[in-house]
Amino acid sequence: MALPISQTKASVLENLDAVRAMIRRHKRNDIVFATIGLLALMLGLLTLLTLFVNLVMDGYPRFNLQFLSDFPSRRAGSAGLLSAWVGSALIMIVTFLTAVPVGVAAGLYLEEYAPKNWFSDLIEINVSNLAGVPSIIYGLLALGLFVYGLDLGQSILTAGLTLGLLILPIVIVSTREAIRSIPVAIREAAYAVGATKWQVVSDHVVKYSQGGILTGVIIGMSRAIGETAPIITIGALTFIAFLPPSPISDVAPYLNFEWLSSSFTVLPIQMFNWLSRPDHAFHINAAATGAIIIVVTLLMNGTAIYLRYKIRKNIKW
Amino acid sequence: MNTMLTKSLRIAALVAATFSTSHVLAAEKIIKIDGSSTVYPISEAMAEEFQKATKTKVTVGESGTGSGFKKFCRGETDISDASRPIAQKEIDACKEAGIQFIELPIAFDALTVVVNSKNDWVKSLSVDELKNIWKPGSNVKNWKQVNAAYPDKAMPLFAPGTASGTFDYFTEAVNGKSKSSRTDFTPSEDDNVLVQGVAGNVGALSYFGMAYYEENKDKLRAIPISAKAGGPAVLPSAATVENGTYQPLSRPIFIYVNATAAAFKPEVKAFVNFYLEHAPKLVAEVKYVPLPADDYAAVKAHFKALKPGSGFGGKNEVGIKVKDLINRIK
Repeated sequence: MALPISQTKASVLENLDAVRAMIRRHKRNDIVFATIGLLALMLGLLTLLTLFVNLVMDGYPRFNLQFLSDFPSRRAGSAGLLSAWVGSALIMIVTFLTAVPVGVAAGLYLEEYAPKNWFSDLIEINVSNLAGVPSIIYGLLALGLFVYGLDLGQSILTAGLTLGLLILPIVIVSTREAIRSIPVAIREAAYAVGATKWQVVSDHVVKYSQGGILTGVIIGMSRAIGETAPIITIGALTFIAFLPPSPISDVAPYLNFEWLSSSFTVLPIQMFNWLSRPDHAFHINAAATGAIIIVVTLLMNGTAIYLRYKIRKNIKW
Repeated sequence: MNTMLTKSLRIAALVAATFSTSHVLAAEKIIKIDGSSTVYPISEAMAEEFQKATKTKVTVGESGTGSGFKKFCRGETDISDASRPIAQKEIDACKEAGIQFIELPIAFDALTVVVNSKNDWVKSLSVDELKNIWKPGSNVKNWKQVNAAYPDKAMPLFAPGTASGTFDYFTEAVNGKSKSSRTDFTPSEDDNVLVQGVAGNVGALSYFGMAYYEENKDKLRAIPISAKAGGPAVLPSAATVENGTYQPLSRPIFIYVNATAAAFKPEVKAFVNFYLEHAPKLVAEVKYVPLPADDYAAVKAHFKALKPGSGFGGKNEVGIKVKDLINRIK
């Protein structure tokens, strides 16, 4: 039954008001949520920023090249980070060389080759679980396995392997996620033209997932560089005023692996030591070290984002 | 896969190379020190100067007195820093591993009882009063409970964590038994946290090594301690520690030297001699109290004679003289 025109108009107007009210309400909800979201974001960011600014202001007097080229000392003013940053860098090399091949291979296997059964599920659950295990547990494992079991001692190799184990789950998970993001059509197209499984994996899967894998690797590494607990557990030293033997030698084969068995210290441990000193001048050194660790971590994460962007841009499918 | 294979081969090569080079490194002379974080600043200063003077490499860790002894008794270190004497369990562990040690007192540390600098009512405390505050089960929560003349102020307590040698010594000296203490205090292994705690509470009370007090004199006040109620109250200072009047809270701190290393590794012997030679100057520089000169002479003679063993017999002891200690080892 058709309503009289005047009545229809009234009801439409009434409805319109209701619709407008609804739109207003939803817009208000949007604003409220956006504000809450922004506040939540700021809470994290501002805390980090305050901390960082605080560290920079406290550590400002020590930001010079000498701080990076001096060995630790009992005099705060002439104490530097040389053995600590060299130690951290060498350990990162070992971590990279162990965690990346093993992690990427494991991720590829799980995603491309592993049969889908309860055993693979079990491995999958365990890998995700490992990513959440407290780092000190890795330290204890490494103390038993690497330091005493394999008799590698309190060396750079031990520390690098420990941190490699620590970031292995991160590398595996990010490898798998990167592989999963490749469209099925790419694989099917490759199979359609007669490629073998290995050709698909090596020519397409690995190639297109590089960006994601690299991001995961760098994020794992930036976690590793700040780790202190497992390194203390395996017995890092605090005062060490000499460098490990150089990895490059002037006689063939031009490479020298003695540095792997050298004792070491790392940035966070040096910072912790300075922080626990009674003398306030050391606290300035600690603040400067903290700022440097944050900058290194930010740089690494920034590189990860940049590389991902760059590699994605080159992928055309 | 090619790159993968080469990478894994490279890792294998790395590991193999390490094993093959480790014995080469063992031949290199490195003096390894680990142990107490209290003694750490002294050993660090010695290591720094010795390395400058002789180019011999020295490493110093600070994993704590207990962990230090564990490594020492496994033969991983040449010298162990200790803020308390070696315990019977550790003596047994060393014996089992066939490791003999030479016990060398190298300095004094004065445990300092501190309050907030705004606290103007406490002039001194006796050991009995301290015991009343810190004994197990103590319910002292207010300054009025210590002395009726003190104001009605809450007394938050801060103290070193139960794993530290400082805690062991203080409880031994004040409560009569190592590790026996009330438990409702705020513990921290980081003395700077204790400093912050006392600096932020007018009524707070704490104790820690003198170096931390020296660096925070603007915020804290040290309390003179009398060994007996009514006796003379003594402030901790280099003078009162050295002449033995600041009792019972001044303690000797030690290095333990692996006797085999001292006898057969010339660099270790040279380092310990350097240590004892330069102790008067460097110990004071890092804010600890050096032993009297003739005590250093006695310690040097003791080291020269390479007499192994501990004068404590596995037990901590309060108020012992360095010379008596050395004379116990024949």
